Amino acid sequence: MPAVQETIDRVKEIDVDQYKYGFETIIEMEKAPKGLNEDIIRFISAKKNEPEWMLEWRLDAYRRWLTMQEPDWARVNYPKIDFNDLYYYAAPKSNEAPKSLDEVDPEILKTYEKLGIPLREQEMLAGIAPENRVAVDAVFDSVSVATTFKKELAEAGVIFCSISEAVHEHPELVKKYLGTVVPKSDNFYASLNSAVFTDGSFVYVPPGVRCPMELSTYFRINEKETGQFERTLIIADKGSYVSYLEGCTAPQRDENQLHAAVVELVALDDAEIKYSTVQNWYPGDAQGKGGIYNFVTKRGDCRGKNSIITWTQVETGSAITWKYPSCILRGDGSRGEFYSIAVSNGRQQIDSGTKMIHLGKNTTSRIISKGISAGHSENTYRGLVSAHRKASGARNFTNCDSLLIGNNCGAHTVPYIESKNASARFEHEATTSKISDEQLFYVMQRGLDEEEAVALIVNGFVKDVLQKLPMEFAVEAQKLISISLEGSVG
Amino acid sequence: MLEIKNLVVEIEGNRILNGLDLTINNGEIAAIMGPNGSGKSTLSYVIAGKDEYEVLDGEIILDGQNVLEMDPAERAVAGVFLAFQYPLEIPGVATMTFLKAALNAQRKARGEAELTTPDFIKRVNEAAQKLAIPKEMLKRALNVGFSGGEKKRMEILQMALLEPRFCILDETDSGLDIDALRIAAEGVNALRSPDRSFLVITHYQRLLNYIVPDSVHVMAGGKIVKSGGKELALELEANGYADYKAQEAA
Repeated sequence: MPAVQETIDRVKEIDVDQYKYGFETIIEMEKAPKGLNEDIIRFISAKKNEPEWMLEWRLDAYRRWLTMQEPDWARVNYPKIDFNDLYYYAAPKSNEAPKSLDEVDPEILKTYEKLGIPLREQEMLAGIAPENRVAVDAVFDSVSVATTFKKELAEAGVIFCSISEAVHEHPELVKKYLGTVVPKSDNFYASLNSAVFTDGSFVYVPPGVRCPMELSTYFRINEKETGQFERTLIIADKGSYVSYLEGCTAPQRDENQLHAAVVELVALDDAEIKYSTVQNWYPGDAQGKGGIYNFVTKRGDCRGKNSIITWTQVETGSAITWKYPSCILRGDGSRGEFYSIAVSNGRQQIDSGTKMIHLGKNTTSRIISKGISAGHSENTYRGLVSAHRKASGARNFTNCDSLLIGNNCGAHTVPYIESKNASARFEHEATTSKISDEQLFYVMQRGLDEEEAVALIVNGFVKDVLQKLPMEFAVEAQKLISISLEGSVG
Repeated sequence: MLEIKNLVVEIEGNRILNGLDLTINNGEIAAIMGPNGSGKSTLSYVIAGKDEYEVLDGEIILDGQNVLEMDPAERAVAGVFLAFQYPLEIPGVATMTFLKAALNAQRKARGEAELTTPDFIKRVNEAAQKLAIPKEMLKRALNVGFSGGEKKRMEILQMALLEPRFCILDETDSGLDIDALRIAAEGVNALRSPDRSFLVITHYQRLLNYIVPDSVHVMAGGKIVKSGGKELALELEANGYADYKAQEAA
């Protein structure tokens, strides 16, 4: 029963004292001075040899950010962040950007090997059929260190590279789309990201092309007191299709670290983007010390008619999660989907959900959210479904379930529904349940130990979402799990 | 063989079992009857290892092993099976998935190889057919939306698959119509064997027409107050529990 076994492993994995990615890579780093001001932004821009327009864009975002307030409406509590006490740029020290993997610091390659993300293509190819290949962009602190399978992708016309590279190689695409889904004045963290983003992935799939393999980015925060501000931009041109996976981990540290990413997706006519995340940032210890602050803005724009954007996420990490992957359903007949499993344990706080903004005619959306709270954690689902005046025939179905394990955790559901069109039809279902001692006893009476029993019940609870995951996602998750169990025996 | 000696049990400070003694031999079917609140269900939960009961004194020995030192899963592996009076619903977990997880967990704990999927499916289908459980039901989430009778038959199906040494039937007859009762009883009778014993808990003699016991024990005030052969059940049916309640009060 692979699914159940997988859940057992996952439950083990989320045990905050068992975080298996908490190691640190010792490597010489180059950093910008601590703090944030226009000079730092110029420093980052200069490090990346950016054109003038990019620097101006950043500075404009920074000036707007200075006028903004940190949002406080989410159901999360944390001490005020001193934005001048952080490093905004940290990169492995090298004279130049590595041109091939042979030039990448072996310590970094080892790090990704330990994480189970092979970067050497020949290693990746061993025994893997072409259709199951996954191209990886590896981001280490502030910079992308390697992108694999570029050549194969280029043959299909797909551009997959770091965003820094895209600024140089494909400025027309970056200029045309960057900030058009998440404007630089969108919100406090998105503006901060726009000013200081350091790297991330860029994808462009040309008209009519079905991307020949899964694309994936693996984010790793290593350096301490460093924020990670990655920026991802994915454009699916008319009639194209792409599936993208994102994974992330960080070392175990006593202080909190900030991760404020922005992800923008653009789907033109009849295009489809599947975006899946396995979020496994360090959650802090059982007492709530340390862990990542994950303040992320993810938004997809179904800009073309009949376009489709699907967000799938499995969230197990971070001390605090503040993210709402959303869809703007602009094109007539477009469709947005959000499938989420959010697991919180220890002292983790999650305020997450989605926004489905229906602007076009006959647009549809579907939200399936499963929150699982254990330990002393707080897990909030916050979701908005809205229909614009012109969104006739808009349809939404929302199902939002919470499961509590133990007596010290909390689950909250905060749905917002706004409809300005009389023909729109929105449905909302929500349940909260608890794994009862009776249920546990019943399952254990049949021979499953406590951990297996919890896993079985949790597995049943998240089944609807698990079934939605692409096969590749399971492979990715399994990779993460297998390394998490490495060294745990004996 | 199961031996219970001087079992004293409390829940939240209330004494429920008060020095209970009971021995059930291999191959024996023992019936326990008694009025409401006499501690029958508590006895079944304590044997199976439910958490909230505090065992103050006594012992439960199954085949020479001290059951009280084991957690519920270990007891299951040692061969204790409880057919629940109110089986629990497990949403999202297909019955087939649950059965396989339970069977393989027990096999693994005993150091046996997991069953192959075809072998497993064959076993389940055979057992289900005997209990008139449609295949369709095996695909549904365990006990979710099942009728009372379906839930009870599902308990017997689990019992048949797990092949326990010691089976407890906690008011398996409650909520069953006469046809369902007969099917369930036939399922139990098919499992009778020289190395398997049963503890059948019931209010009514009716069930014992179908599952004929070797011994009948009357429970009152947290202990066994009278033991006899199957004729004792008929006597109780005729006279009721009034005598024993009076005894309890005295």
